[in-house]
Amino acid sequence: MNILVCLKQTFDTEAKIELKDGKINAQGIKNIINPYDEFAVEEALKLKEANGGEVTTISVGSDQTQEALRQALAMGADKAILVEFPNSDEHATAKALAKAVQGMEFDLILGGHVAIDDNSGQIAIRLAEELDLPQVNVVTKLEINDGKAVCTREIEGGVQIVETPLPTVITCQKGLNEPRYPSLKGIMQAKKKELKRIGLEELGLTVDNKVEILEVFLPPQKEAGKVIEGEAEEAAGELVRLLKEEAKVI
Amino acid sequence: MSGEIIKGGSFLVEAVEPQNVFTPEDFTDEHKMIADTAASFVEGEVEPVIDDLEEQKDNLMRELLEKAGELGLLGADVPEEYGGMELDKISSMLITENIIKGGSFSLGHGAHTGIGSLPIVFFGNKQQKEKYLPGLASGEKLAAYALTEPGSGSDALSAKTKAVLSEDGKYYTLNGSKQFITNAGFADVFVTYAKIDGDKFTAFIVDTDTEGLSLGVEEKKLGIKGSSTRSVIFEDAKVPVENVLYEIGKGHVVAFNILNIGRYKLAIGCIGSSKLALQYAVKYANERKQFKVPISSFGLIKEKIGMMAARIFASESMAYRTAGMIDDMLHNIDMNAEDAGLKTAEGIAEYAIECSINKIHGSEVLDYAADETLQIYGGYGYTQEYPAERIYRDSRINRIFEGTNEINRMIIPGTLLRKAMKGELPLLAAAKKLQEELLTPSMPVEDTSFLGEQKQIVEKAKKIVLMVAGTAAQKYGQNIQEQQEVLGKTADLVIETFAMESALLRALKAYDAGGEEAAAMKGLLAKIYINDSIGRMDLWAKEALAAIEEGDVLRTQLVALRKLARYNPINSVAAKRQAADAVIAAEEYVV
Repeated sequence: MNILVCLKQTFDTEAKIELKDGKINAQGIKNIINPYDEFAVEEALKLKEANGGEVTTISVGSDQTQEALRQALAMGADKAILVEFPNSDEHATAKALAKAVQGMEFDLILGGHVAIDDNSGQIAIRLAEELDLPQVNVVTKLEINDGKAVCTREIEGGVQIVETPLPTVITCQKGLNEPRYPSLKGIMQAKKKELKRIGLEELGLTVDNKVEILEVFLPPQKEAGKVIEGEAEEAAGELVRLLKEEAKVI
Repeated sequence: MSGEIIKGGSFLVEAVEPQNVFTPEDFTDEHKMIADTAASFVEGEVEPVIDDLEEQKDNLMRELLEKAGELGLLGADVPEEYGGMELDKISSMLITENIIKGGSFSLGHGAHTGIGSLPIVFFGNKQQKEKYLPGLASGEKLAAYALTEPGSGSDALSAKTKAVLSEDGKYYTLNGSKQFITNAGFADVFVTYAKIDGDKFTAFIVDTDTEGLSLGVEEKKLGIKGSSTRSVIFEDAKVPVENVLYEIGKGHVVAFNILNIGRYKLAIGCIGSSKLALQYAVKYANERKQFKVPISSFGLIKEKIGMMAARIFASESMAYRTAGMIDDMLHNIDMNAEDAGLKTAEGIAEYAIECSINKIHGSEVLDYAADETLQIYGGYGYTQEYPAERIYRDSRINRIFEGTNEINRMIIPGTLLRKAMKGELPLLAAAKKLQEELLTPSMPVEDTSFLGEQKQIVEKAKKIVLMVAGTAAQKYGQNIQEQQEVLGKTADLVIETFAMESALLRALKAYDAGGEEAAAMKGLLAKIYINDSIGRMDLWAKEALAAIEEGDVLRTQLVALRKLARYNPINSVAAKRQAADAVIAAEEYVV
């Protein structure tokens, strides 16, 4: 069974975000595979171990994105494709991915349900639409039997079990698995694995961003909390007053 | 790595070009991924159980080491044909540096992969390697190194353990005891030493299930409490003759070579710990408010943070420079040859001076960083609620094991003098040339290039070393061994020279590669370090010279020293504040 995994390189979860000239300053920040995409890589590797086949990871990004692809190769993926297209929006990214996977043979496309940086959660959904494939999102358990995927997804107050024929697009949620650490052997082998780079021209694709980022700003610094002293009744009154007059929320 | 082989100790007499030193900026993608795997493994598997590990809960260390083995974290230095990864020394150092967050786990890991396994890697014969290495690389078998005895620590060759060959010639009977053996509680294999016929100091591989081998109780230690430390007792222990490691009577070759490796590995572990201490310190200093502001905004706290960063920078630059030199040397060894292991050990021994330098510097920077970290935590630092207390206790052992810092201070000038006498290093010629140079009047020339003044300081520092060492050698001749204090000061001068130069070369290399902006923080840290060191070198040199000479000779020497130690002090207060601000903003060590 052949599996495609879409992944994005994001900032490390512990990175300190700073702005420089109204933009996020990427200098000196450590990059990782988006954690939800890492669940997708792990799931693909487990399916491959159980059923055979090949795992190909694909990403749309810049030169630097190679690091994330290389890491997926070190975890055990077989091949990687980098579509060189920096700063693309969701629409353009999905178009590029769709074009890049055209003609490839696959049974399953996996991805994270959202990226931790821009939180937009659109790529896999758009890709499924572009490819006219069924899609199941926010999956916490996945079983593949007889050409069908049985997916467990969390819904408000319970779980839903969904079945879909292959090929299909599935997005992964925390709880699906525990991603492995790349072993030293895997790291050394990754050097020899194929990492193909394709430009838009080579893909024969012309696409423009539809969304423009107007402004980026950091949330206001959290100020020290206020403790209201006194008897409960009195304090409650004071709290209401403060909420009305100072915080202006009621 | 430059590919060019640099001779051990040669930095004192030769100018070194920045492109010929390895720096952390030269890590490959694989290096970084290996470091990440080591760090994530410890964060995911060891940190969550670190309290249990400190109490040595059932078999936990063993389980963790086995898990590390599955990832390949035990096999970096083991040849591929015996199940290892056979990686370069930079990779192996990155593993050591990045598992440090695991506290005592890193001790277990270091003892197993370093002094425990390497004697077999380097000195084992084919059968021994086949029998032991695959298990040691996978974690199925764990190793310990048993050299120290109750009566022989620094004086390792005075060991009392005896080995007597059986009448049928099939086994040796060992009697004696070894003390303070890391990993003893769970090790399957001990590399140990005993004297055959009373005088032939010989290495042995001893399996734990050998009849007549028993263990003492766990030592109650100041720190590294999660690490198993016990004595190993041999009472008529029967060890098969095929378990003699290397040659009979050549145990010292095994022991001393292994210690060289232990030393530079210890240094990199200390650097990892120092960075961790700084990270804790600066995070806490940002959180902790007094007088309504974070204490990280105070000058005296910034001074500590700036200085810690500068010293860590120097230590880190030295350690990776040394590893790069060792890798360059090892690249020229045919790893498929029968004696590849021995050649590797000899190759590393070429850098015995650098290994001792790194060991001393790394462990002393860590003690300094641990101490200042605890101080920044204030009263809370003195409690077990915060990590500073454990770091402070755990750091202290590093100045003691793998050769005390005192022994290592004797090794540095001792080895230098021996190399000079053998003609391996042109120290005598350089000292002579210096004498002439000092008698000729000269005008200082200004160097306005990036770190130009620092370049001049380092160049003159080398001359200070030559002057002091030369004067001492001339005065004391063969009896110099009796002048430990002068030798110790000489060692300090050598260490600081290597430290200053390593920091400088790293900043210069970054400048050559990426210009002023890329090298800004590195240049700043190098300046702080050099400014601090040259002042101390001046004092030590004076102290040494005043002990060696007197009267007019001394006065002439001091005039020459004044010329060599002259420098324009930087505004170190402003520099340390600036460096501290960068560390405070990042909440970790940054370069």
